[in-house]
Order: sequence, then structure tokens, then C-alpha cells
Amino acid sequence: MIKIKDLHATIEGNEILKGLNLEINAGEVHAIMGPNGSGKSTLANVLAGHEGYEVTKGEVIYEDKDLLDLAPEDRAREGLFLAFQYPIEIPGISNATFLKTAVNEIRKYRGEEELTAKQFLDLIKEKTKILDMDNSLLSRSVNTGFSGGEKKRNEIFQLLMLDPKFAMLDETDSGLDIDALKLVSHGVNSFKAKDKAVLVVTHYQRLLDYIVPDFVHVLSNGKIIKSGGKELALELEEKGYDWIKPEKAAAHSA
Amino acid sequence: MSEEELSEDMKVVEDVTQSEYKWGFVTDIEADEAPKGLNEEIVRFISAKKGEPEWMLEWRLKAYRYWLKMEEPKWAKVGYPKIDFQDIRYYSAPKQKPELESLDEVDPELIKTFEKLGIPIEEQKRLSGVAVDAVFDSVSVATTFKKTLEDKGIIFSSVSEAVKNHPELVKKYLGSVVPYTDNYYAALNAAVFSDGSFVFIPKGVRCPMELSTYFRINAQDTGQFERTLIIAEDSSYVSYLEGCTAPMRDNNQLHAAVVELITLDNAEIKYSTVQNWYPGDKDGKGGIYNFVTKRGVCRGVNSKISWTQVETGSAITWKYPSCVLQGDNSVGEFYSVAVTNNFQQADTGTKMIHLGKNTKSTIISKGISAGRSDNSYRGLVKVGKKAEGSRNFSQCDSMLMGDQCGAHTFPYIEVDNKSAMVEHEATTSKVGEDQIFYLNQRGISTEDAINLIVNGFCKEVFNELPMEFAVEAQKLLAISLEGSVG
Repeated sequence: MIKIKDLHATIEGNEILKGLNLEINAGEVHAIMGPNGSGKSTLANVLAGHEGYEVTKGEVIYEDKDLLDLAPEDRAREGLFLAFQYPIEIPGISNATFLKTAVNEIRKYRGEEELTAKQFLDLIKEKTKILDMDNSLLSRSVNTGFSGGEKKRNEIFQLLMLDPKFAMLDETDSGLDIDALKLVSHGVNSFKAKDKAVLVVTHYQRLLDYIVPDFVHVLSNGKIIKSGGKELALELEEKGYDWIKPEKAAAHSA
Repeated sequence: MSEEELSEDMKVVEDVTQSEYKWGFVTDIEADEAPKGLNEEIVRFISAKKGEPEWMLEWRLKAYRYWLKMEEPKWAKVGYPKIDFQDIRYYSAPKQKPELESLDEVDPELIKTFEKLGIPIEEQKRLSGVAVDAVFDSVSVATTFKKTLEDKGIIFSSVSEAVKNHPELVKKYLGSVVPYTDNYYAALNAAVFSDGSFVFIPKGVRCPMELSTYFRINAQDTGQFERTLIIAEDSSYVSYLEGCTAPMRDNNQLHAAVVELITLDNAEIKYSTVQNWYPGDKDGKGGIYNFVTKRGVCRGVNSKISWTQVETGSAITWKYPSCVLQGDNSVGEFYSVAVTNNFQQADTGTKMIHLGKNTKSTIISKGISAGRSDNSYRGLVKVGKKAEGSRNFSQCDSMLMGDQCGAHTFPYIEVDNKSAMVEHEATTSKVGEDQIFYLNQRGISTEDAINLIVNGFCKEVFNELPMEFAVEAQKLLAISLEGSVG
């Protein structure tokens, strides 16, 4: 689904990604772990098209398209989704209006009819159920005054509503209590399918108990230095990151 | 000495005026436009062109003489080169036959212009049921739906016609809300006003349609001095729409309109404006100076005046639609969106003057600044000694786009009655690139993202606009803010 080759990216002149390689196929769940500052969030933001980052080298092929050539909104319309680490507040626009606009923009791009009010409401009902979400969050302004947990849950709600192909979760587990973590994971698991892929960025193994990855990668200093199965996450949890670093494993592509 | 040299030499209005007498303009009554400059001759010329009675001319002259003694106000937070009032043409009429019965008689060129502006009068007649009094430059050219209105006893005409046909009403009400002594531009307007709309809703009549005047500034260097007077008698209601647009142009243009509203017992006037005059180019060159005095008096008990405005145009806006709440239990409302971009400057707000008992006012002001513009809210809430139990609620929100623009709030509150309650809330927010990226990531284009954010911000005001107007206002906002972020 997505193939990242020798990706280099800088922010304000500092190189954060230093030749990252990664390939993710449909139906797979990948987890990226790594110490603070290793470039995990940068990778997610670069793939989503954040303007603050400059790609200086490398390429990303997404569904046979040059991803880096696409505007951020077109990446989203092509089915790439980022659940933000820090969801942004937008006062004055209700969550419902925002979602309706987004859903219909994406449908339009795919050449599909816009949803009727009834269809949209039915979709909302179905998805809020999965996340056990309070309907009042829909009439409130986007993320405005939401608690940390509500914001994260709202991200996953958007994931389910927009139904992308490739979902990136940027530390979605941070700030969640165990009940919320279970609900959010349940939401993500209900999204998983043969034709979908998920990239989970996290610090902690805990989330991976609920969203079980097929592959785990360790990102350090802008490169993937080790890849493995889900047991790698457990190993990291036990030993920390230091034991890998000396290995200086060659850039690894899955 | 030529007119040009004259204007160069003169620094102060007084000097110029004295010199003018010396040069003694001779104006041709048959001319379609007045020569540049202002003096008593010009005032007489305008009055004569309109075939006005003596009392009207006298009033104009009194205003003119009063204006001579006044000084241009300087307190607003706007900056612009000194206006040379002698370099302005105060009258220009489109070439046409007078007294038209139907649209067929209107100059087709004129109709074409309206169509270019997206205001096909024929269409509007058919589709929206809006009666249109189209003012093209200084003379009314088409008044539609007159018959329907006449059947109800409603008068909707140009002020010029009203002076001729309903002198008793004009004498009674003109200048009763905004006297020519009120301020510099009100005095100037009284002296040289070209035309405008006159609306009279008789007792107990609810106007069956939105009344609307579209006007635009067209002739080169012609200041537009509109004068609008709306009277709602006991238990009547009218909604009036004012929409403006102007073509691109290079020279700064002065626009000094006066609008007067009067509501008697239990009457209501809703006055909505979408203002989209040429704001100048990206470098701040050109654009219209909009110095407007708008005021309504709730003269009767339980009466209501509601101002809704969406201001996106003009290089400089100086405008404070106000309500004088004289009748007991009367209500004043002000809903405003003011957008400034590039080098635009807006100093706008309202005055709510509570005089009667249990009077209520609401102020919702939304300022959006982008580019290098400056946007100020200036509002006065005044509660008089006798205004027992009065209430005001004010909310002023500012939104900034980019980091080179300015937003300012100047609330003035004067309360002379202890039982009154006055509330003021203000917020400032910034449209961030992060917000836009967030919306982008959900498949929404940057342009739509800005529209969403801005419309969300302005929602409370748009809700007050008549439906079609609200749609137009949203489009205007989008155009005004194009390219201002990201």
C-alpha cells in the first residue's frame, strides 16, 4: 500500500528523518516505537503533508502514486488518515458540520454522491456506538473544550467516519485511561480489514496489547534500526531502547 | 488659475471656500454633472437639478454653512491622506429619460451593468419577490413592485420623489434622527446628498417583501452621498436590504451616506447591509472611503430596530449604526461582521443609547483582520437616568489571520441608572496554520478550511441575515480573504 524509500526530512533546517525505509501492505498493522525525538511523529506528519517539514531526499509511493506530490487534502482524499497526537481546536464549527464537510469532500473526490442528512445521521449512529460516544460531542465545536480523552476518541471517531485506507495513529494512547484505551483500540480494530493498513506510533507497549501489530519497528535517530514481530515490543518494554542502539543495525526495510 | 492649481494651493477648507467665491463657479443647469469642488453654487445646482422646493434648498444651505465651520473628525483609528473636498465632484447623473414607468424604458446599458454585477432586476422581480429601488450613481432609475406596495399604502421611492410627492413626511422626519449638526460627514451629506431611498410603512402594515436597494459608485471621481429615510408607523414592520458593489478603480473615493430609521409604537425595522466596495489593491492603492452615519430611533414603546451588517469592502470604513432607545421597552440590536484584508482599515461599531425604561440592546460584533489591515470595534453603551431596568449585552470577538494585522476593541460604557445591567465580553483568536492543516488532513481544501473557520466565527451574525443575503455574505467573505493564510 505504501512504500517509503530513503526518506530524509528536515524541520527548520534540522534533519529529523535520515534515510527511512518502510513498506506496509494492505491488511497489515505496523507499529513504530522509539525514544523521544527519534522522528516518530515527524514521519506521520511528513506522510500527511505538514508544511512545516521539508522532504530533502527519498520517495514515498502510495497506491502507485507519488505521495509527496499530492497536496495534504488530496492525500486525505486518497485515503490517508492521521489521528493527531494533539488534535486541534476549531471554535464555532460543530463537529457534525465539520465531519459532514469532510465526508462529502472525500466522496466527491471519489466520484460518489454526497450523503443525505439521513444517511449521514445513520452513519454517525453506527460509529458512535462502536466508541460509546456521547452524541453531545457532535454539536460541540470541533475539539473545543474537549478533555484529552475526548479529543483522542474524537480522532478515532473521525477515522471511522471517513473510512480511509491507510490510518496513522500518532500516540493516540497518550493521556488515555485504561477504559478509554480499550474503547479507542476497539474502534481501530473495527477499522482493520484486508484492504486497510494501520501504522501505530507509540511509546508504550500497552497499546499494542489491544491493537496487535504484525510488525514492530524501532526508530532511532531518523532511521529504522530494528524490525520484528509483536514480541519485539515486549522486549523493548522490558529492556528499554539502549540494548538495540549499539547494534547499529543496517537500515531495515520490511 | 486652473482648478488643479486651486486645489493644490488650498490647505484648509475655509481658505478654499473663500477663494471659490472669488472665482465664482458658473454652473450649467443642463449639465449632467457638476464641476469639481464645493460651494453654495454647487449646493444650489444639485437642488435645482432635482427640482427641489425652496425649503429643501434652504435646509441644504444651512447644512453647508454649518459644515464650513466644522472640522474633520480625527478620533477614529484610521489613517489616510487629507481629503481635498474641492477635488470631488458632487453631482453626476447617468444619461437617461426621467420618470420611467417600467424597466423597458431604462437605458439598456444600465441594465447590462446591473447584470454584470449579478443583479438582474428582471430576475429578481420574478424569482425572489424583492422590490428593487436601484440607484445608479445619483439618480434612481428603476423602482419595481411599486404597485403591490402602493396597495398596502407603503411608500418606497427615491428621496427626490418623496420630496416632491410627500413633502409633509420628509419635512417631519428628514434630519430628525441625524441632524446636519451631528457630525462633519452628516453635515456634508445634508448639503449635497444626491439621492437614496425613502420608505414609509403606515400603521399596522407588515411589508410583504424585503425592500432592497442596490447601488454602486460609477462615474469617475463622483462622491456618492446617499440619504436613506425609513419610517415605520405604529405596529408596522419592514425589512430593508442594502447591498453594494463597486467596480475596480484607482482613485480614492469618498462615500458619506446618512441613514435614518424611525420606529413608532410597536413597530420594527430590520436593516441589513452587505457592503463590498472596492477596498484598494494589494498594496493599499485606491479604494473607497466609507464615512457613514447610520442611526435609528425607537421612538415608540415596544419598538425595535435591528442592524445587521457584513462589511468586507472599502479602504477605510468609519461607521457606527446606532439605536436611540427612547420608547419604553424598546429593543436595539447590532450584529456585525467586519472583514479587513491587505491595507484596509475599519473603525466600526455601534452606539446603544438607552433612554426609556426597560430598554434592551444586544451587540454582537465579529472582526476579522488579515494581511496588514487594521480592524477596530468602537462601541458606546449609554444608559440614561430614567432608563430604569435597562439591559445590554455586548460581545466583541476578533479573529486574526497572519501576524501583520491588528484588531482593537474600544468599548465605552456610561451608566447613569443603578438598576441597569451592562455586560461586555470580548475574545481574540487566531486562525492558525495548524487548524488549516488539520482540516486539510480531513480532505478539506485550504480555501474551504478558511471558509469553515470564518463562517463558524461569524455564524451568530449570518443567522440574522435574510437567507439569500447570508449566502451572498459567505461568498463575499471567501473572496475577501482569498490567499490570506498559507
